[in-house]
Amino acid sequence: MHIIALVKQTPDTAKLSKTVGGMQLLADGQPRIVNPWDEYAIEVALQLKEKHGGRKVTALTLGKPESVEALRTALAMGVDEAVHICDPLLNEADTLTTARALAAAIGKLGGADVIVAGRSAIDGGDGATAVQVATLLDLPMLGYVAQLHGIANRRISVTRAMEYGRETVSAELPVVMSVLKEIAEPRYPTFMGIRKAAKATITTWTLAGLELHPVAPALTWVAAPPAQRESQIEWLQGTPAEMATALVDRLFAAKAL
Amino acid sequence: MTNILFFVELTNDAVEGISWEALAAANVLAAGSGGAVIAVMIGHDLTAAAEAAAQRGAGAVHGFTTPEPFSYLLEPTARILAEAVRTHNPLAVVFGASQRGLELSASLAARIDAGLAADCTEVARDGATITVVRPALVGNVSARVTFASDKPAVLSVRKRVFAAPAADGTRTAPITLTPAAPASLASRTVIESLAPKNMEEVSLTDARIVVSGGRAVGGAAGFAPVKALADALGGALGSSRAAVDAGWIPYAHQVGQTGKTVQPDVYIACGISGAIQHLAGMKSSKLIVAINKDAEAPIFKFAHLGLVGDINQILPAITAEVKKRVA
Ligand SMILES: Cc1cc2nc3c(=O)[nH]c(=O)nc-3n(C[C@H](O)[C@H](O)[C@H](O)COP(=O)(O)OP(=O)(O)OC[C@H]3O[C@@H](n4cnc5c(N)ncnc54)[C@H](O)[C@@H]3O)c2cc1C
Ligand SMILES: Nc1ncnc2c1ncn2[C@@H]1O[C@H](COP(=O)(O)O)[C@@H](O)[C@H]1O
Repeated sequence: MHIIALVKQTPDTAKLSKTVGGMQLLADGQPRIVNPWDEYAIEVALQLKEKHGGRKVTALTLGKPESVEALRTALAMGVDEAVHICDPLLNEADTLTTARALAAAIGKLGGADVIVAGRSAIDGGDGATAVQVATLLDLPMLGYVAQLHGIANRRISVTRAMEYGRETVSAELPVVMSVLKEIAEPRYPTFMGIRKAAKATITTWTLAGLELHPVAPALTWVAAPPAQRESQIEWLQGTPAEMATALVDRLFAAKAL
Repeated sequence: MTNILFFVELTNDAVEGISWEALAAANVLAAGSGGAVIAVMIGHDLTAAAEAAAQRGAGAVHGFTTPEPFSYLLEPTARILAEAVRTHNPLAVVFGASQRGLELSASLAARIDAGLAADCTEVARDGATITVVRPALVGNVSARVTFASDKPAVLSVRKRVFAAPAADGTRTAPITLTPAAPASLASRTVIESLAPKNMEEVSLTDARIVVSGGRAVGGAAGFAPVKALADALGGALGSSRAAVDAGWIPYAHQVGQTGKTVQPDVYIACGISGAIQHLAGMKSSKLIVAINKDAEAPIFKFAHLGLVGDINQILPAITAEVKKRVA
């Protein structure tokens, strides 16, 4: 069984503070991390290998040259191989362009039995990429997976945590899935892992290497600081009972009650 | 190519309210274009849902009917939607950004080779060019997305941003019901079981009012007065990560960067300092109320109403006042 974990490098939003805003954090040279949701994807991929007789786990990233660091983290956590799709033509890639390149790389890797992604990328994709990879590869997509029950006779059974309830579904491998935080606790890189990761060779593919032709993305976007709210605070004062009366008055006035 | 499609999300043939928020955004895109706003839906018995769409103001309804009761599955739904897009050749396809809407819009965009913008908070059209605004980097950046005009724009709108148009019982619209082709209903994913949500429980992301507790509640038992206020207001119970990490409340209640994003009419933060990661999940709420004993707490920079004091005294007072006034 070959398992591929889709890993994205994102800005380190823990560095956001009163003085460091989103625009600053997007700029080149700012701290980058493995997309926090993808740590769960890496963990699940490793557990699939350990518990369900996997052959190897490959971490796959599309991103700028510095994204190799995300792959080194994945290697330090224990993945066997890492592949980096890197091409200046992909700098402005939208989710579909990204998904096309990821799908082509998965094909070039000889396919996989399970492809695991995170819930979403914190820099803003809302979980589209994995669904699009599944659609392009014509594979079943198991999204929002909160629990992995197991694989028997090449059928995988999982529980999806959905707004309308917890839905248990099954599908025959190969599948793509996206996982939620409650599925497992990601392991820390080990000392040995970090040493191994530092020495590992990481395969890099360009668009040409994937035999893909650049296509203009179907959309373009520009980032701007979020609109500042002009919130003028009103302080409600007095005893707790007086504050409570004033607050309930405001809730009625705002038609919230 | 001036029509706008919007997806009507059904559960057992009953319409999910977020569908009308998608309709509201579709109306914005269609305004002044001469194109129609067309409701697209998939289900077993669509009579009621189709009529409801007409009453809410859809210009036309195209329903795909299934021979058996239809449980939502991504693969057949996306396949049928792609068919609907080929039939109507719309300028845009609008979804509500529910989990289903998010995955469907992504799959549809890949099937029809179109651009995708998820969780939009503003939508606009200039001629054939569609522009939307969507938050990125957990709300710390606002991205303005412009779609190429040679393909339909596929987008989902953030919950509770667009106001659902009211129903008008006198309104009608042409309704077309087409049986879904059996082949298009095939799915390789099989639903084994569904444990539906406890209906008593108000979902955090759908709630009109959210009351959240932070580290200041001091323990699992300390959430009782927070929950009592949420219940009295008919709202949902939220929390900061500090309270979740301490094990006082399940993760499902966490609001913020690594939890849920909420946008209620009223957000009441009880003993929450207002860290940027918490703000990321609630700062777009329409009315923010902060209760904190520290008048310098950062949450007050974002709050509309500030109450300085001890939550243990203030919360019971508010709950009592609400019960008195709404009874
Ligand atoms: C990568 C990352 C992701 C994160 N994601 C999230 C997230 O999704 N959601 C989230 O919430 N946090 C998140 N955090 C954590 C966040 O940075 C804060 O640590 C957390 O929000 C603090 O929770 P708090 O406000 O409840 O606690 P504190 O910061 O300890 O604040 C408690 C507040 O209660 C007040 N107080 C104390 N006693 C009383 C009383 N009796 N009456 C009234 N007021 C009182 C204090 O004045 C203080 O302001 C994240 C952090 C990181 C690094
Ligand atoms: N550039 C990328 N390289 C590798 N994986 C990605 C990339 N972008 C997104 N993914 C995967 O797809 C998931 C959802 O991302 P998104 O659609 O951007 O929210 C992420 O959690 C990753 O697992």
